[in-house]
Amino acid sequence: MLPIFVIIPLGSAFLVPLVSRMRISLARVLSLCSGAALLFFSVKSIWWLEAGVRVYAVGGWRPPFGICMALDGFTVLMLVVVNIIGFASLLYSMDYARRYTSEGLYYTLFCLLLAGLNGVVISGDLFNLFVFLEITSIASYALVAFGVEAEELEAAFKYLVLGAVASALILLGIGMFLGAVSTLNMADISRSLPVVSPKLVLYGAALFIAGFSIKAGFVPFHAWLPDAHPSAPAPMSAMLSGVVIKTIGIYALLRVIFSIIGFNAVFSEIFIWMGILSMVIGVILAIGQWDFKRLLAYHSVSQVGYVIFGIGLGTPLGIIGGLFHLFNHSLFKSLLFLNAGSVEYATECRQLDKLDGLAEAMPVTSRTSLVASLSIAGIPPFCGFWSKLIIIIAAFQAHRYAGAVTCILVSIVTLASFLKVQKYAFIRKLKDAASGVKEVPLFMKIAMLLLALLCILVGLFFIPVLNTLIKPAAEALLAGKDYANLILGVPR
Amino acid sequence: MILYILCLILFSIGVYCLLVKKNLVKKIVGLGIMEYALNLFFILLGYRWDSDAPIMDKNIVITSFVDPLPQALILTSIVIGLGVTALMVAIAVRVYGKYKTFNIDEIRRLRE
Repeated sequence: MLPIFVIIPLGSAFLVPLVSRMRISLARVLSLCSGAALLFFSVKSIWWLEAGVRVYAVGGWRPPFGICMALDGFTVLMLVVVNIIGFASLLYSMDYARRYTSEGLYYTLFCLLLAGLNGVVISGDLFNLFVFLEITSIASYALVAFGVEAEELEAAFKYLVLGAVASALILLGIGMFLGAVSTLNMADISRSLPVVSPKLVLYGAALFIAGFSIKAGFVPFHAWLPDAHPSAPAPMSAMLSGVVIKTIGIYALLRVIFSIIGFNAVFSEIFIWMGILSMVIGVILAIGQWDFKRLLAYHSVSQVGYVIFGIGLGTPLGIIGGLFHLFNHSLFKSLLFLNAGSVEYATECRQLDKLDGLAEAMPVTSRTSLVASLSIAGIPPFCGFWSKLIIIIAAFQAHRYAGAVTCILVSIVTLASFLKVQKYAFIRKLKDAASGVKEVPLFMKIAMLLLALLCILVGLFFIPVLNTLIKPAAEALLAGKDYANLILGVPR
Repeated sequence: MILYILCLILFSIGVYCLLVKKNLVKKIVGLGIMEYALNLFFILLGYRWDSDAPIMDKNIVITSFVDPLPQALILTSIVIGLGVTALMVAIAVRVYGKYKTFNIDEIRRLRE
């Protein structure tokens, strides 16, 4: 059943341009259906996990020789994240994408993006992971430039340059490992690495960390992110900030470091400092922003810092906190980008100081954005609070006092920053500048309500979510190099 | 060993060209150089001196053969490179249409 996660979106990416020639509404329905099917299967995959790790051998070639697809706890978590946000963004696109002249191509690229993301997550082969990563990247470069306005093209070009360098570094890292162990299966590499000289492994790891960090937008590699994320169409910004940086950045990085190379104190130190730097610098740059989407993009840098900081602690609680924050961040940041898109859709303006009193004109957008703002700032009982709390407790337990205090301070600054958003965009009332502004169409409302509801539900019922989704994922990471035995079977 | 080092130098030239040059077209050329260096590196990884192509047949006895895996990877990598380059050229053409220049220093409307 595993290839279905790639087959559905790839198949619809092929069919959408064909049917969009006949009637554009067919393309909409088809891509929405494939999003819904992916969501269904990804939620169902939580139950597949009960029987243990699943391996699918492509073409019937057994794992060390052929390409394989593998499903463990971490994969399931990422599948759920990717497909929830993918479905919500597709739902939002139903109305939002009508502004584009070539709507069929938009849905094609979107389906390709989904295929790439699901493929990265499900792949058990290092080169296959790279190919899916490139599919994701190329689709996202094209979608950032989709509006073909001057700013969008400029952002896309800059994103493309850094993305190409990152891909090249990752490919070079794969080459290092391939040269050393002559295999590409991740489990097999993991098993063969101990005989390779540690210097070479460290060199490869450095290439992977640099490459995936550019893709994830950690400080000092974040320069492209605040340009690219705001320039994309709103549902695409939600995908980029909510899912893409996490899948081709964090997921791939953690898979390589934890399951293939093996986590140790050196990586822990690197992750923690990269996390602290991202948290602080991201939020400092965000606080002065007046462009709604650019502000959100800087907050993505900051919040992703929390994720990598929590995971870098290396303790079970830290990893649970980091992964839970990854899940929550994808919900509320996508919601915020959809809100920003709605504001832009209704008023044609993104500058916070020029917006004004939208709370009455746009009740759904303003309420859902309030939920998302409180979640990202970490106000109980919304979802962001619990994950930040877990990360902070874990940091204290690991005697990382400076990091824990930084987490708390950054959280306060985040709250200040989002109070500014709420005040200027929604609450404040000047003359009657907001008159004539209408609430966005139905599908956009449904998408925002869906994500807001999830933010609240995850906040209220965080214990079941932790038990069903996050704990298996944390166990998969903590298993570390045992991954090889899970995939290939215990050696005789 | 010297071959690998030369290959990495070529890669560094490509990265330098892609990141430092001001002209968009030169950046695209840099991307090309970088990708060729990588492809060369992979082919070198698979190459074994004094060995044959891995063709199995009754009459042929092969003692050592070239690793065919990197060559298969490079075919994929070349196609990906083609896609990225094509997209980059397309975006560069559209950027020229909007800004009337290829100089990256003058293409900076985002910061303002």
